[in-house]
Amino acid sequence: MSQEKKEKKMTLSLPEEELMGSGHRACQGCGAALAMRYALKALGEKTVLCIPACCWSVIDGPFPYSSLDVPIYHCAFETAAVSASGVKAGLEMVGDTETTVVAWAGDGGTFDIGIQALSGAAERNDDILYVCYDNEAYMNTGIQRSSATPYGAWTTTTPVKHFKNRPKKDMEAIMAAHRIPYIATASVGYPEDLFKKVKKAKDIEGTRFLHIYAPCPPGWRSRSEDTVKLSRMVVQNAIFPLYEIEWGEKYTLNIKLREKKPVDDYLRMQGRFRHLTEKEIAYIQEEVNRKWERLLSLMDRSN
Amino acid sequence: MKKEKQAKEIIFKSEKEVPLMPMSVGNMLWNKTGGWRNIRPVIDLENCIQCGICWKFCPDVAISIENERPVVDYVYCKGCGLCAEECPSKCIAMVEEEK
Repeated sequence: MSQEKKEKKMTLSLPEEELMGSGHRACQGCGAALAMRYALKALGEKTVLCIPACCWSVIDGPFPYSSLDVPIYHCAFETAAVSASGVKAGLEMVGDTETTVVAWAGDGGTFDIGIQALSGAAERNDDILYVCYDNEAYMNTGIQRSSATPYGAWTTTTPVKHFKNRPKKDMEAIMAAHRIPYIATASVGYPEDLFKKVKKAKDIEGTRFLHIYAPCPPGWRSRSEDTVKLSRMVVQNAIFPLYEIEWGEKYTLNIKLREKKPVDDYLRMQGRFRHLTEKEIAYIQEEVNRKWERLLSLMDRSN
Repeated sequence: MKKEKQAKEIIFKSEKEVPLMPMSVGNMLWNKTGGWRNIRPVIDLENCIQCGICWKFCPDVAISIENERPVVDYVYCKGCGLCAEECPSKCIAMVEEEK
C-alpha cells in the first residue's frame, strides 16, 4: 500500500519556485503574505516592487535584510503609483523594457492616501502594475478605519458604539472610469485565479489595477486558520465578487455563483462584526444583493 | 538551480562597513519565527493524498515538497493552523508545544 503511494506523482497547481523566503515578519495566517507569494510566482525574477508604508514594508524586514528575492523600493505613503512610474521611466531610459514595475500598496495607500498618485498614473496610462492588497483597515498602525472598511465593522477609531456606518469605497468603479486596459479583483482563497490574473496583467501594456482581498486575523478578530476560508466565503456570498474589467467597459465574471450564500456565516466568523444586530445584518445583505444585481446588469450590458 | 541562501545575521562593526546606498544585503532567514508557535502541525503521511494544498496555503513558506511528500520546517512554521484547516483528508493534526 505504502509502496504504491510512493510512486504517485504530486501535481501542484502553482509553480514550485519561491521568490519569497521564510522568516518574514507577517502575523500568523497573514493574507497579505499569501498574496505576495502567489503574485511573485507569476511575476518572476524580472520585477521591481515599489512598496509605500503598509504592512508589507514591515513584513519584508528591517535594513539590511529583505525576505524577497526581487528589488524593493520603499517609498513614501502617498507615492506608490508615481514612484513606480518613475522607476519604469528610469528603466526605459537605460533600455530595459522587460522588467515589470509593480506598485504594491495596502488599502490605506490606495483608497485614501495614494489615490491622487494612482489617478494621475492611470490618466497618463503609465506602464505599471498597481496591486492593492485589501485588509480593510490601517492594520499596520493599529486597526484604524480606512475608506475600504466595510459597513458595520469595528476598528479602534470606529468603536462598537459608533461603528462605521458608511459603505466601502467602490475602487473598481473609480478605476474603470479612468478607462485603463485592465482591472481585476482577486482573492487569496482562489490562488489559481490570482496567479492567472497576475500573469495576464504582466503581459498587458498600460496601467493595470489588481485588487486582492487579503484577510488579517489580528485586525478582524478572526482565527488565524480561517484566513483562506474567509477569503473563499467572501467570494461565494458576493460581498467581493471576482471579475475583470477591460478598457473600463468589458466586464467578465470569473467565479460564477449558482447560489449566493447568506452573509450571516461570514460576519459571525469575525469579531469585528460581533456587535451587529439582526436588523443591521439584514441591511448588509440588502446592500450586497443590490451591488450584485448592479454588477450582473453591467455584465449583461457589456456582452 | 537557485543559489543557496544563508541564515546569517549581519553586524556592522563600524560606520565604514555600512553600504553607501541603503540596500538589502542579507535575507530574513536569520529570523527564526518558529519561536512564535503555540501549536505545531504534525502530518500523518500514511493518510496523505499528496494534493499539495498544505504547501499551497502556507503563508510562511514553511512546507516544502520532498520525495513527493510535504515536509514541515519547524524552524520557521508560526503555527497558524491554515494547513490543518485546509487539508482535505484531515491528516494534519495541531499538537500543543511542550515547554
